[in-house]
This record gives sequence, structure tokens and C-alpha cells, in this order.
Amino acid sequence: MRYDQLVLSFGEIALKGKNRQMFSDLLFHRVRERLRDLPSVKVRMPYDHIEIDLNGANGDEVAERLRHVFGIQSIRAAIETNLDLQEMQAGALKVLLGEQANRPIRTFKISTKRKNKKYPTPSNELNHLIGAHVLRNTEGIKVDVHHPDLEIKVEVLENRARISGRTYEAAGGLPVGSAGKVLLLLSGGIDSPVAGYQLMRRGATVEAIHFHSPPYTSDRARQKVIDLAEKLHFYGGDVKLHIVPFTEAQLAIRDSLPESYRMTIMRRMMLRIAERVAEQRGALALATGESLGQVASQTLESMNTINEVTNLPVLRPLIAMDKVDIMTIAKEIDTYDISIRPYEDCCTLFLPRAPKTKPNREHANRFEKNLPIDALVQAAVDGIETIDIGRHEDSMDALL
Amino acid sequence: MIYLDNSATTKPYPEVLDTYKTVAEEYFANPSSLHKLGGRAEALLNKCRAQAARLLNVKEQEIIFTSGGTEGNNTAIKGVAFGYRQRGKHMITTKVEHPASRAAFEQLEALGYDVTYLDVDREGRISVDDVKRALRDDTILVSVIHVNNELGTIQPVEEIGNLLKERPKTLFHVDHVQGFTKVPLDFYEAGIDLCTISGHKIHGPRGTGILFIREGVQLSPLLAGGGQEHGLRSGTENLPAIAAFVRAMRMTTERARTGIAALDKLSKRIRQALEELPGVTVNTPKQGAAPHILNATVHGLRAEVFIHALEEEGIYISTKSACSSKESEASAVLLACGIPEEAARQAVRISLSFENTPEEIERFLQTFARKLSELKNAME
Repeated sequence: MRYDQLVLSFGEIALKGKNRQMFSDLLFHRVRERLRDLPSVKVRMPYDHIEIDLNGANGDEVAERLRHVFGIQSIRAAIETNLDLQEMQAGALKVLLGEQANRPIRTFKISTKRKNKKYPTPSNELNHLIGAHVLRNTEGIKVDVHHPDLEIKVEVLENRARISGRTYEAAGGLPVGSAGKVLLLLSGGIDSPVAGYQLMRRGATVEAIHFHSPPYTSDRARQKVIDLAEKLHFYGGDVKLHIVPFTEAQLAIRDSLPESYRMTIMRRMMLRIAERVAEQRGALALATGESLGQVASQTLESMNTINEVTNLPVLRPLIAMDKVDIMTIAKEIDTYDISIRPYEDCCTLFLPRAPKTKPNREHANRFEKNLPIDALVQAAVDGIETIDIGRHEDSMDALL
Repeated sequence: MIYLDNSATTKPYPEVLDTYKTVAEEYFANPSSLHKLGGRAEALLNKCRAQAARLLNVKEQEIIFTSGGTEGNNTAIKGVAFGYRQRGKHMITTKVEHPASRAAFEQLEALGYDVTYLDVDREGRISVDDVKRALRDDTILVSVIHVNNELGTIQPVEEIGNLLKERPKTLFHVDHVQGFTKVPLDFYEAGIDLCTISGHKIHGPRGTGILFIREGVQLSPLLAGGGQEHGLRSGTENLPAIAAFVRAMRMTTERARTGIAALDKLSKRIRQALEELPGVTVNTPKQGAAPHILNATVHGLRAEVFIHALEEEGIYISTKSACSSKESEASAVLLACGIPEEAARQAVRISLSFENTPEEIERFLQTFARKLSELKNAME
């Protein structure tokens, strides 16, 4: 059976007050963008939800695309009938039989809502009339109003009824672009793409910065980060990726600092460079995939010492999460398999086997006197290569 | 030329050959080499795998590229036999498999495995109840061809998969070589553990294919070596062919959106026209068959003679499976359906692709009727 319509319900947007229009317009735009290559599909936005006329397109496929658009809480597939009771009864039966072909259904319930209050029959009575019709025309199926296998929603509208059966869980959150811009430190590991995803889910526009140290880090490591940024692009629109040449800074750190502080100072350099890029790009915060205590750079002492060099907020969406939970999300959002490709990134270069887990600001500042900080930051910023992930045409794509 | 032997092989799309040439020239490095050229080749290989996974609606790590249907079937069947021999040595298949499966099972029988070959009904279909009855505690594999290559009959793989969902110790392999793009199949929903696809049946290059291996299945590899394709199929990756194949997958999948309905119309038209001809019986079932294969018996005429007669007019059809058509015996598939030996020897197969047009089919049908009466007159 084919559904005529998808109905997208708003999550948190529905709770917004005066800003609500801004959020829903943005979401409407995102939905249309995602369906642009399907000309027959029509998107409409009445006050508190979005309606999609499928016009023959496959509802499952369209829903799958929209499941990852932030700001949508759930998606229901529906058919439309006129307001004739017999039509509504037949529609509900059709939905039940269609769903039954898909999965076993032993119990159901009908939930009627009359948005059109002038409709003469009360909702409760409609539930009974429609439910009885379904029972009469099926075998082995019962009504269960508490935990039904299938809830058939009947909405009585102005001059039509909408009957929905199949529902799809969607990602929730807020539409990308509603929360301003964040610059994400994207390493190529498992955590930072997840952090980026979480922030996108809260409406942030994410740009990414990656530190690359050729020839110590390879082209494959760089490609890995581009592939990760492409995954983020799928969830959150255009993503700009800034690739920073970091070899010079790393060599300077190796040559002029005691082993135990190399990691701490390297991180401070990264934040300094990121802050400059954030200013240029109009990002109001930095973001990392740090999780408290996971590695030496992520102890409170380390964060305290490293954070000293920037005034920008450093958002750490994963700070209180366990590694296994982060990995679960990485698998769900399809970044895990890219992240575990075995290429060394700059974070592990030239580092002692046991970096300091409890550095302090005083020592860090003293050691940094040996480094030409400003010159290194400037050189790194000047050498940045920016890739427009949403827009760049890949010569490989044309081959496939 | 009117080419109606698409189940034997298809003509590669020009774009597919372009990709082959460009990749062979510009991405010639070994994807395992550490340098930049190797990295580029590896990146392209990753992209190929990602695109193939997207088109099949499965995960990237569940795809290995093979040399085609024969390798896919052999890897799946023997890979399960060797990888799970501690679990049991019983396997179930059908009497209407492609030789690439059947011969693999025969080899395993010689090694001491126990294989049940299920009977088929008049239409070439096995029954789910028979599968159920054949299952034993030591059954490690059920292997079924989705769309029969000679008849076009569709096997009830979804129902079999459903049955096997309750038996995690029995794996399920589907030979989807003829079905891919013509008869939609959702691997996860159908409970499939292993699925074989071939490139040259969908306008891709020869020597390409995919074996889908569901996450968690532990195959014993047939080709040991450098550990390519997740260690399941060693050998330097044939990147030009893989890229060309993946492009053909995309193009054919796109064609299928409207193409399946069009094919269905064409094959209905052929069926209707052939059924009106005296002395012609259509062997392909009316219901539950793929839209691109039509098998028919031309009574009183040896199939070869008729094929050569049509070929004089630039029309190409075939006898039974191309892989066994040079043997003089009657088709084992048709005999298994209970079609008499004489009628089986006189069977021809017409197989379509999304490229065939209604005009071609009309011309083919006119020529078919004319040649038929010419040959019959000559014999009288």
C-alpha cells in the first residue's frame, strides 16, 4: 500500500515563544533542501507541523532522508480521505492491512482528533465506529488502548480526514543554523565528529579545523578528516574544513621544550590558532570532543592549563560521557568506521610515552618563553587550506 | 541488432567503459601502496564501496568485491562450509540452481558434506514447507537462487528468510545475480546473510561482482594472501573494473525506477504474442516471475535451429543458461519442473534489459512468427 503524505512533527521548536517563526522557517528550508531532487514531492507548512505530499514517491525513502534533519521529532505516514464516515472506516482498514503486510500486528487502537470541531460526531464515538469496522473486517486482531502494536491516528480536518499508521523516529534537536557558528577541532578520532554532530543537533553551524603535519602525517590521514567532514555535512548542511599546516610548530615544540610538557603546549598552540580562525570566520565558540579523564590532555589540570590561552568558550559536549557511549553514537551516525582507519594524526607525533597528566599554568607559561609563539601561530594561520565540503566537486564522484 | 540475451550478459554502458579507461590510466597505483598515488587509489576504492553500500542499503564493511557470480556463490557456499564445519555439515539448496552453486555443492559432497536438493513444482518454485522439513540441527546453510536464470521464476526468499530468522545457526545465501535491479530485494528485511551479485548482468564490465556478507558472519576465505577485502578475498583490487561496475550499479538502479514497470509491459506483450502462435508454449510462470526473462518451447523445432534462424535477421536470443548451452543435454532446470525432455530441448530464452524498446519487441515478434512458419513449412 502507498501512503499519500508524510507529516513531520516539531520537537522543541513547538515550545518556542516569539522566535518560533525563525526556527520553523529554517526547518522548512532544510526539509525542502533535502528533497530538492524529488520534484514531484510537495512540502507545506501549516502552523505547527510540516506536510509532505508524496505524489507517488516512496514514503519510506523520503522519511529515511528526513530522519536526520534536526528539528523533526517524528514522522508519520498518512493517507487522506474525505469526511464521509465510510471513507474514513475504509481508510483505517487499509492502513491496518498495509501495516500488517509489513510486520505482525495483533492489537491496535484508533485515536481520533477533531481539529474541525463542527464535525457532528464526537471523537470518542468515531473511535468506536472506525474501530468496529476494522474488527469486523479482520481476523485475530484485537483492540488494546494501552499498548497497541499499531496506533491509527484519524485527524478530522476542515474538509478532509488524515489517517496515519506508520511512524518513524527522527533525530529531534533544533534546525542547523538556528544557534550561530562553532569552530570544531576535528582530529580524525572517534570523539570529535560525535561532538560536532551533537552541536549540530542543537542548531549550531559547524566549521571544522584540522591540524596536519606532513610528512609525518600522511595524505590518508588528511583524506580521513575530509571523509569525516563529509559525514557531518550530511547532517548539517555546508561544512567548511580548515586544514592547518602544523609541522613547523610541532618541530619547534619538540626541539625546545621538555618532553613532559610537549603535549600541553601543543594543545595550547592549537587553541591559539583555532581562536584566530574563529575570529576570522565569525565563530563564537570553539568545540572539542574531550571527555573528562579519558586521556592525559583531558584531565581537569590539563584543561585548566590549556584553556588559559583563549577567551572563547570551549564547548565540550562529550565531557561527561563514557567512551562506549560515544562509540555507540559514532556507529549510529556512521563516522566510526572512518575514525578507526589506522593513520597517525598529529596529536600523537613526538609525544612522550607518559605525558604530564597534571600540568599547571605557571610551568606552561615559563616553558613557552622558549617558543616564538606569535610567529608560529601566524605562519600556521597563513598556510591554512580551506575546503568547502558542501560545494567542492570531487573528481572521483564524476567517475562513479 | 536486437539483443535479447541479456541474462547471458549485457552490453556495457559507454559511460561505464569511460570510467574503466580513466581509472586504469589515472588511478593505476596499488591501493595498498603507502604513497600519495596509492592513497588516491584507496580513496577511490572506499568511495566505490560506499556507493555500492548505499545502493544496496547495507553497511560498507558488509561488501566485498569479487570477480562475479561464480566467485560470489563459491565463496559464500564453501566459505560457510569450511568456516562452520564444527557446527554441522548439512546444507540445503534447490534442484534449479545455477551451475556456479550446484557444482560447488557437488564438490562439497565429495568432501563428506551432506546436501539436500529441494524439488520444485511445475513453475520451478520450491516450497517453504519443504525447506522447513529439510532443516536439521546440523544445517549450516540454505542457499537459494532468487530469480532462476532460465525460467525467471522468483523463489520465496523473503518467506525462507523469515523462517530462518528463528534459527540463528543456519545461514542464508541468496544468488541474486539475475534478480538484482529487476526484482527488488531488501537484504536485511529478508533475513539474508550472504548475497551474490554480478556486474556484467547490469551493463557493467565482465569480471566484477559483489558478495554481501552480513556483519557477524565468519567466512573462511577461498583466496588467501595479502588480506584485501577485509581478508576475505585477497589479491590486488581490480580498481578500474570495480569503479566501472559501481557506476553501472548506479545507472541501472536509476533506470530501474521506471524501468521495471516498462519491462513488465514488454514481457506481457511477448507472452501474449507467443501464446497466440501455434505450437508455442510459454514455460515461464505467469505469476511470480521476473519481468525480464521469458522461456518458451517451440514444439517440433530444435532450439539451436531457431536461434540461428533469428540470428540471420540480427536478433539474438538463446537456449538455456549460457553457462551450459553448449552441452547437448536438455536443461536440468526445465526437467526438474517436470517439463518433458523433448519440450525442454526445444526451449528458447528471451531475456530483456532496460535498454530494450517496444519497437524492438514488435519487430522481434513479427520476425519470430515469420521464421516460425518458414521453418515449419520447410519441414513439411
